[in-house]
Amino acid sequence: MKRKGTQAFVETLKQEGVDILFGYPGGYAVDLFDALYGQKDIEVILPRHEQGLIHEADGYARSTGKVGVCLVTSGPGATNLVTGIATANYDSIPLVCFTGQVSKNLIGNDAFQEADNIGITRPCVKHNFLVKDVSKLAETIKKAFYVATTGRPGPVVVDIPKDVTAQKADYHYPDTVSMRSYNPVHIGHAGQIKRAVKLMLGARRPMIYTGGGVILSNAAEPLTDLARLLNFPVTNTLMGLGGYPATDRQFVGMLGMHGTYEANMGMHHCDVLIAIGARFDDRVTGNIEKFCPHAKIIHVDIDPSSISKNVKVDVPIVGSVDNVLRAMVEAIKGGNKRPDAESIGAWWEQIEEWRAKDCLKFDRESELVKPQYVLETLYRVTGGDAYVTSDVGQHQMWAAQFYKFDKPRRWINSGGLGTMGFGMPAAMGVQLGHPGETVVCVTGEGSIQMCIQELSTCKQYALPLKIVNLNNRYLGMVRQWQEFFYQGRYAMSYMESLPDFVKLAESYGHVGMQIDRPGDVEAALVEAMKLKDRLVFMDFITDQTENVYPMIPAGGGQNEMILI
Amino acid sequence: MRHIISILMENEAGALSRVAGLFSARGYNIESLTVAPIEDPTLSRMTLVTYGTDEIIEQITKQLNKLVDVVKLMDMTEGPHIGREMMLVKVRAEGERREELKRVTDIFRGRIIDVTARSYTIELTGAGDKLDAFLQALEQAVIIEVVRSGVSGIARGERALKV
Repeated sequence: MKRKGTQAFVETLKQEGVDILFGYPGGYAVDLFDALYGQKDIEVILPRHEQGLIHEADGYARSTGKVGVCLVTSGPGATNLVTGIATANYDSIPLVCFTGQVSKNLIGNDAFQEADNIGITRPCVKHNFLVKDVSKLAETIKKAFYVATTGRPGPVVVDIPKDVTAQKADYHYPDTVSMRSYNPVHIGHAGQIKRAVKLMLGARRPMIYTGGGVILSNAAEPLTDLARLLNFPVTNTLMGLGGYPATDRQFVGMLGMHGTYEANMGMHHCDVLIAIGARFDDRVTGNIEKFCPHAKIIHVDIDPSSISKNVKVDVPIVGSVDNVLRAMVEAIKGGNKRPDAESIGAWWEQIEEWRAKDCLKFDRESELVKPQYVLETLYRVTGGDAYVTSDVGQHQMWAAQFYKFDKPRRWINSGGLGTMGFGMPAAMGVQLGHPGETVVCVTGEGSIQMCIQELSTCKQYALPLKIVNLNNRYLGMVRQWQEFFYQGRYAMSYMESLPDFVKLAESYGHVGMQIDRPGDVEAALVEAMKLKDRLVFMDFITDQTENVYPMIPAGGGQNEMILI
Repeated sequence: MRHIISILMENEAGALSRVAGLFSARGYNIESLTVAPIEDPTLSRMTLVTYGTDEIIEQITKQLNKLVDVVKLMDMTEGPHIGREMMLVKVRAEGERREELKRVTDIFRGRIIDVTARSYTIELTGAGDKLDAFLQALEQAVIIEVVRSGVSGIARGERALKV
């Protein structure tokens, strides 16, 4: 049966199991919205800005493991997505973004609201498609979902000219896709896994270093099995938090620039490093010349181009983290060799010595609200069971340090691109994916204002977020660098003319609170959590001079941390 | 080291820009890049010449393979191979020079493919260093214009890049 392109579009989404779509209409997408009108299977969320829109889809995808689906119009609709596409691409988040396009005969003619969406997004997508023929629409959408979700996931853009969806074609949605040019490897090489296991069993000072790949691959369980089986210490990257239970004795905290002393010292002194779904980012390694000088390195990653990109590794294993970890656990359980208990015991003694430095300590007597105290209290008040999103800056680091994530997909932040404005929209996506759960957005007065208009969307869809605004009247991370490295020349890092956030929240129909005394922090958080159906905006007036410690300064090795 | 990398890509719009964009975005060097459809119209074959350390070349091939449209690629330089380039040279050819230019062209097994009273256009095919040598053999003063095609490469023997 022949079907109009617009109907085919909606039908493919249904067959793909899409139940929520983030969309903003416009001239060249209005037909697609028309086709979505009145149907019940797909809920359409209308944000206030396309940047908010895509971060919402992104937060939804990160927290649920499903694909985030966006639909916007041509020109500015599509260009406003770009920051969000790059954000998702950096952190390997599966999104499918449909962009409206001018009719085929107008492409290249500088038509109203025309932009080269394929060209503009090409460097920051996993792949993109221009649909030129309505008969290819369904197949292309199938491919888009397939590419977005398999291998190393990522965002895929599908650009649809207006005339294409106006035409009719036979409709057939394929069950499976096969692309001769795209065949990701899932199963790790057995010989390499054997070599890796041998190396692990012979380790005397091992370290397991895991990243976002563990979360994306749903591999928290086999990771935990492996670590416990071997009694090896585990550190997570910013993107990997929740991949291993943070309250477990074997967890030594986050590593990297603002990681813990014990994690970074452990990295520096280890003799076998087991890197899993992590990419040796510069914020993790510090000075690459000084990185893990004593270690043999095993690296498991689904993306071959991540392996030996920054750091040459000894045992590369390409494959899905989940598969490879399970194979490792099986291989160890199947043999009778175990790591030398005496050496591992001595290694743990050394780690405990580092841990005793208590590198995250802060002034608890201060009369000013300390941001660390707010987060520590948030953790306690929510029982460690909230979904927490963050924006980018000091508050992000403190959230990562002080909220102990025991489960994957609970910590949502823009780790790679570092996109300010991400936090609140992402929290909205999380809440839409998890109605009834506590969703907290930890932010700062700088970041929150980059997508603040979404407070209106929260009202429309009754999203009861809890916003923790750590308001220090500075772009805090910039201020910290200026204090440390620019002789206190605070160039453009001070935020003047801030709004009254309480009134602002109220004007959008939400609850606003301002807290400026340490003694009021806990009560405010408790009260906010009690308001289950309301968005509560908590404006914490914090100590302006607080810095994130510990810190590896630029050019430093992981053993060269500045402690408070 | 200099590498000749041949790529088979889906013959889709924008294929070339994906490869060119990858090189500029990641700061890799491109010496030459040629692209044309082949006997299978769904594919297009690209040959690019690049240089870098072993680590960089490894990253280049991995990043190229990661492009969703890339079906297959081969680093020709990993085995015996033939690299050929075509060059068209327009030279001033007047008076006594005409005979000399004809002779040099013959020595290099080139062909004169266009003639006017004052100029020759010479076609020459070969490895890059042969083309370089030819240009050096000509007096600089006689060269009006040089066009080079960039390298096309193929493996020697049975080894082939094919889907």
